[in-house]
Amino acid sequence: MKYTLAVLVENRPGVLTHISGLISRRAFNIESIAAGHSEEADTTRITIDVEVDGELELEQVVNQLSKLVDVIKIVNLTPVDHIERELAMIKVKASKVNRSDLVDIVEIFRAKIVDVNRETMVIELTGEETKIDALCEVLVDFGIIEIVRTGKIALSRGPLAAKEM
Amino acid sequence: MELQGAEALIKSLKNEGVEVVFGYPGGAVLTLYDALYKAQFPHVLTKHEQGAVHAADGYARATGKVGVCIATSGPGATNLITGIATAYMDSVPLVAITGQVGVCLIGKDSFQEADICGITTPISKHNYLVKKIEDLPRVIKEAFYIARTGRPGPVVIDIAKDVFAATLDYSYPDSVNLRGYRPTFGGDPASIDLVAEEIKKAQRPLLFVGGGVNISSMATDFRKLVKMTGMPVVSSLMGLGVIDGDAPEHLGMVGMHGTYSANMATVECDLLIGIGVRFDDRVTGSVEDFAPKAKIIHFDIDPAEINKNVRADLKVVGDLMWSLPLLFEKVANLGLDWSGHLEVWNRQLTAWKQEKPMTYQKRDGIIMPQEVIAKVSELAKDAIIVTDVGQHQMWAAQFYQFHGERTFLTSGGLGTMGYGLPAAIGAQVGLPRKPVIVFSGDGGIMMNCQEMATAADNGFPIKIIVMNNQVLGMVSQWQRLFYGERYSHTLIKGRTDFVKLAEAMGVTGMRVTNPEELEATLVAALETEGPVLVDIALPSDEDVLPMVPPGGCLDKMILGEC
Repeated sequence: MKYTLAVLVENRPGVLTHISGLISRRAFNIESIAAGHSEEADTTRITIDVEVDGELELEQVVNQLSKLVDVIKIVNLTPVDHIERELAMIKVKASKVNRSDLVDIVEIFRAKIVDVNRETMVIELTGEETKIDALCEVLVDFGIIEIVRTGKIALSRGPLAAKEM
Repeated sequence: MELQGAEALIKSLKNEGVEVVFGYPGGAVLTLYDALYKAQFPHVLTKHEQGAVHAADGYARATGKVGVCIATSGPGATNLITGIATAYMDSVPLVAITGQVGVCLIGKDSFQEADICGITTPISKHNYLVKKIEDLPRVIKEAFYIARTGRPGPVVIDIAKDVFAATLDYSYPDSVNLRGYRPTFGGDPASIDLVAEEIKKAQRPLLFVGGGVNISSMATDFRKLVKMTGMPVVSSLMGLGVIDGDAPEHLGMVGMHGTYSANMATVECDLLIGIGVRFDDRVTGSVEDFAPKAKIIHFDIDPAEINKNVRADLKVVGDLMWSLPLLFEKVANLGLDWSGHLEVWNRQLTAWKQEKPMTYQKRDGIIMPQEVIAKVSELAKDAIIVTDVGQHQMWAAQFYQFHGERTFLTSGGLGTMGYGLPAAIGAQVGLPRKPVIVFSGDGGIMMNCQEMATAADNGFPIKIIVMNNQVLGMVSQWQRLFYGERYSHTLIKGRTDFVKLAEAMGVTGMRVTNPEELEATLVAALETEGPVLVDIALPSDEDVLPMVPPGGCLDKMILGEC
C-alpha cells in the first residue's frame, strides 16, 4: 500500500542527509520525495510517498523518521482529504509537421508550452502523478528527449495546517 | 567572557560534568590539544583512535555517565567508526568530538579530510558539523542532552579546525530548544493497568529483561517485582546482571546460546513481558515461532522498537524509571496471594533446569573454557566483566554469575571483536577501585592489543584473560556444524607469544596450561598489582552449547553433552 506523509523538518544543513540515510539504512521503499520551504522560515516541508505492506510497517517508517532529531512532525495525509500535485517538464521533438498535433495534446491535458524552437518544445504540466504519466505516454510517439519531475507534493483540504494536525 | 573555540569547548565539557576524555591528537585538533594542555584537563591517550572510542564506551557503560572521545580529522575520525556503531547498537551515551579541516578547505579533498557527518549518519543518534564559532556552545549543549536522554546513543560533533582558534564571547546555554527531539518519559498509565490484568490472568508468565534495565539503572525496582511475584526471568545478553545470576527465579540467558530452561520457558509461556529489550534475532531465532503460545507485552522507551521485530499484543512506551515503579504498584494492588500462585509453572521450570542444567564435559589434563569462567566467577565476585566477541563471550554470559547492573560490558548488538581491552580501560578509568577483568580470545585480543601499552603506561590494573584455543572459535564452531568442517581461515595456529607480547608493552604476563595450576595462576593474577595478562591454553574443538541454529525455533537446540 502507498501512503503519503507530510514531514516537517528543521531547515538546517545536513537534514536531507539524515533523512535519506535513515531511509536507506532501514531499507524503506520510498517512491517519491520532494522538499521545499514552508510557511515558516526555519521549517522545511518534505512530502514522502512510501510503499509498505500495511499499517504496522507504516508505523515503523513514521516512528523511525520521528526519532531523527531534525524531524519536527510527521502527518499521514492518506486518510485526510487532501490534494496531490506534481510538476513535470517534458522536452519533446517537435517539427513543423507535428507541432500542431502537439499543441492539441497540450490543450487536452491543460498543459503549457514553455519553450519552442525549430526542433523541440518543452511542455510543462501540473497535476496528479497519473495525469503526468498519461501525457508522457502520449508524447512517446513524438519522441521524448528528456523529462524532469518534481516528485509529489501534497496538502490537506480545509483550514488546518499539518503542524496543527 | 572572551574565549577561544578550543577553550570554550573545554569549558563546556566541564559544564557538562565531564571528568575525563579519551583521545588521540592530530593536525586538525592541535589547537584543542593545546587548550587541553593549558587547562590540564584529564585525558587518556590511547594507542589508536579505536581504542579511545571503545574506552569512552566502556567508561559510559560502567558509570552511566556520557563517555567522551576526541580524534583528529580524516583517518583519526574514520578510526572511530566501529566504536560509534558499537555504542549506537547498544544505546551507549557517547560524545565523539572530531576535528575537521578548515572551513575553506571542506569539500576540496583536502589533506586528512573525510565527511564524517555523512559517514556517521546511519550509525549515530545525531551529528553536527560546526563551521561557525557562535554555534559551538549550543551544539555541545545539545549533543550531551541528546546523548544522555531518552534512549541514549552516540552523538558526533565534527568541528572545523578554524573554529577551535576563533574567539567568541562565551556563555553556556541553560537549556536546549529542540523542536524535533522530545524524549519519552511518562507514557499511558492505563497501558500498565492492562499489563497488571494480564499478569493476573497468566498461568505461565515470564519476564524477559534486557539492556534497557541496565541503562536506566532500574535493577532494584525490577528485583522488587520479581521478589513479590515470584515470576521467572530470562535475560538477554545485555540484561545480564539485572537479576543475580544465581537467583532462584533466574533461568539464565535466552536465545541462540541461551540455557535449556530459558529457551523452553520462552516457547511454553503464556505471557511474555519484555522489559527494555529489542527482540534481536539472536534472541528470537525464527520470529514466527517465537513465544508461540504467549501474549507478548513490550516495555520500551523507544516507540520505534515496538513491533519492529516481534509483534507485541500490548505496549508500554516510556522510560522504565516511570513504568517499572508503576507496574510494581499496580501488580501489588491486584492483592493476589503469590505463594503457590505459579506452582505448576514453577514445577515445570525446575524440571527443565534439572533435566538440562548448564554444565560441560571435563577432559583429563585439559583446561576447559567454561571452567576458567566459573573459576573467575568464584574468585572475583564483584568484578566488572568485559569481553570481546565470540565463544568466550558466550561462555562468560553462561558461566559467570553476574551480580548487579552495569557489571557486564560486552558488544551485544554490533558484536565488535577488539572491543574488550579498550572498553576495560575505560571502565577502569571510571571505576578506579573496582576490579576489571577482560575475557578475550586469541583472535579478539590481537584486534586492539596495542591498548595493553595504554594500560601499562597509565598503570590501569586491568586483568586480561586470553582464552587461547588457537582458533577463531565461534566461526570455526559454525564451520564445524554448518560448513562440513571446512575450517577456512579460522585455525590461527599462531606463533605469537602473548606473555612476551604483554611483557613487551609493560604488562605482567602469565601462562597456564595445566588444569591443576589454573586456580593458583588466576589468584596470582588477581593479586598482582598493575595490569596482567593470563594466557590460558584451551582445546580448539569445544562448542558453545546449547545452540539454536540461526533462524530456528528456540526449543530446537543442539544440546550435545552440555
